[in-house]
Amino acid sequence: MTHAVTSSQFKDNARAALSDHDLQGALKFVEVNFIARRREVADRLPEFDALRDAARDIKNHTLAHLDLYLEAYETRVTAAGGHVHYAVTAEDARQIVLGICRKFGAKTVTKGKSMIGEEIAINDFLQANDITPVETDLGEYIIQIRNEPPSHIIAPAVHLTKAQVEADFRRVHTHLPADRNLVESTTLLAEARGVLREKFLTADVGITGANFLIAETGTSIIVTNEGNGDLTQTLPKAHIVLASIEKLVPTLEDLSQLLRVLARSATGQEMSVYATLSTGPRRADDPDGPGEYHVVMLDGGRSSMLGSDFQDMLRCIRCGACMNHCPVYHAVGGHAYGWVYPGPMGAVLTPSLIGIDKAGHLPNASTFCGRCEEVCPVRIPLPRMMRAWREREFERHLSPATMRAGLKFWSFFARRPRLYALATNLAARLLALFGRQRGRFASLPLASGWTRHRDFPSPEGATFQAQWKARRRP
Amino acid sequence: MTSPRDIVLASIRRSLAVSGHEAPRRKAAADRLADHPAGVVPARGQIGSAERLALFAKMAEFASATVEMIADVVDAPSAIAGFLRRYNLPMQVRRGEDARLAAFPWEREGTLEVTAGVSDGAQLASVSHAFAAVAETGTLVLTSGRDNPTTLNFLPDNHIVVVDAKDVAGDFETVWQRLREKYGEGVMPRTVNMITGPSRSADIEQTLILGAHGPRRLHVIVVGSGD
Repeated sequence: MTHAVTSSQFKDNARAALSDHDLQGALKFVEVNFIARRREVADRLPEFDALRDAARDIKNHTLAHLDLYLEAYETRVTAAGGHVHYAVTAEDARQIVLGICRKFGAKTVTKGKSMIGEEIAINDFLQANDITPVETDLGEYIIQIRNEPPSHIIAPAVHLTKAQVEADFRRVHTHLPADRNLVESTTLLAEARGVLREKFLTADVGITGANFLIAETGTSIIVTNEGNGDLTQTLPKAHIVLASIEKLVPTLEDLSQLLRVLARSATGQEMSVYATLSTGPRRADDPDGPGEYHVVMLDGGRSSMLGSDFQDMLRCIRCGACMNHCPVYHAVGGHAYGWVYPGPMGAVLTPSLIGIDKAGHLPNASTFCGRCEEVCPVRIPLPRMMRAWREREFERHLSPATMRAGLKFWSFFARRPRLYALATNLAARLLALFGRQRGRFASLPLASGWTRHRDFPSPEGATFQAQWKARRRP
Repeated sequence: MTSPRDIVLASIRRSLAVSGHEAPRRKAAADRLADHPAGVVPARGQIGSAERLALFAKMAEFASATVEMIADVVDAPSAIAGFLRRYNLPMQVRRGEDARLAAFPWEREGTLEVTAGVSDGAQLASVSHAFAAVAETGTLVLTSGRDNPTTLNFLPDNHIVVVDAKDVAGDFETVWQRLREKYGEGVMPRTVNMITGPSRSADIEQTLILGAHGPRRLHVIVVGSGD
């Protein structure tokens, strides 16, 4: 059930996505709901933009002192009776998790939603080692029974319609009456709740992610709406936190700055229902809670991003606002990006973590409209970084020969403004002449990529530059 | 052999071009941890106590919780019983060993069966006492322990939370300070649950539905009138 990385096939993935009827039906909700909800809640808080500046500054400060805050964090976790395990690679992280599960003789492991879990493909690995992972977030549960990767970092099943979910529940929950009514979303949720409640109570180990780690107190934080993460970490014998080095913030005050922008940017809520701060295992006097508390601290290529053109990407708090506002994501959904991080943040992060040679298409899948940067709660300059990846791709001769030849051809003219004006003017006149009958072209030499899907309108009059010049003159 | 910890820290330091021994860097980090400066605190919560309680109620209701104000703690049992009757629930609640909850005049509601302890999933309603609340977002803050077990916050279908009006803060920063006062600098209880409304999911076609894995109803009882 391993999900292969298909980022290198972005173009084919995108083509398939565009003709996927169910996907297109599901994606229309993204564009409408997320954007309006974020706008509304941001408008209600006059300090919202000041908080975004503060959030950016906190992350920058933390990254510049990351070694020191990691040491402080670790000291506090240990003092509270917990353990921090460093993992240089994804494989290291998987082995650490397996070691802890084996120690408890775990057969079933419940899971809260974790993007690090997706990144290190922990489910496949546990399964291969005879341990059953059970995703408990509703969206994650749905994609797990479909054997699919998530298509969105906060709404993993956003690519599916209700009818598809109903069909999956009927296929998998065969112990329930076949003639039951599952038309409403409420009945689907109630069914999942019933099925998963039993798993929570019998799991040996619980694995969650972490939205933030606090150096001041050695605390990990999960932010959820369902409460599944809390049941996952409270009921079993051990709680494993899958985290990575850039999740760190210095203090509780810094946490509240970030919480104020996270939910508003992500789901358009003032605050997510549950923000849970966990520090160490069950205390001597505690009547409930996990007996052991382990934090897996993944590097996975992040430390090399520090000090590079892509350091700012490490500010990301995984809210998903960039993809919610991305016209490319709206058109093709998350799976087309071919790995766990889709949308604009994925277009920058994926090449950093798995290599530009495997993910070169992603930074090219952008119109540079700039909406992602406009809504980013930590003000990551996503378009600028996508451009930096394009430049590197070009420098390393990874882009296709036809594209390179085309760019060279264009740059020859672009560097000679008079010749450029002359050539475009001539082209515009010629196209206007040939196209005047129908007003558009159904096919054009060297432009079949465009004309295969839509007509090319024939120019009417002068070039843009000529018109600009003429209009500026009073 | 170099440990994974040393490899990660060395890689971070190499990328940042630092040794980790630079005094100004160490001071900057240590100062921030010791001073924990507040950043931007929304003006919304910086108001008098009566308005703060009203804002808390408004924001909690906005997050689909129900809120009830009672003047005196002696009325708490009848408020709890009233909530159970309103939803046709059995007259049973599970609570933690919190001294404030234990001191309620439960005998005033003779038919109400009150047990103390954790939840194993069989209870339909639980009662917790909050450590604090935040008016800014309508958030309850609960701390774990024998007095208020974490399982009571998540397993029962109906969660009733009692909070003292004097503990309703305007903002999160006030609550962080109170946690430090109670537990000490840099020390936290095992779990701090910040709860804003009942459990929900919007994972199917982004339609919001209440009652996912946690409680489907959250009822807040605010006791007293603030400071």
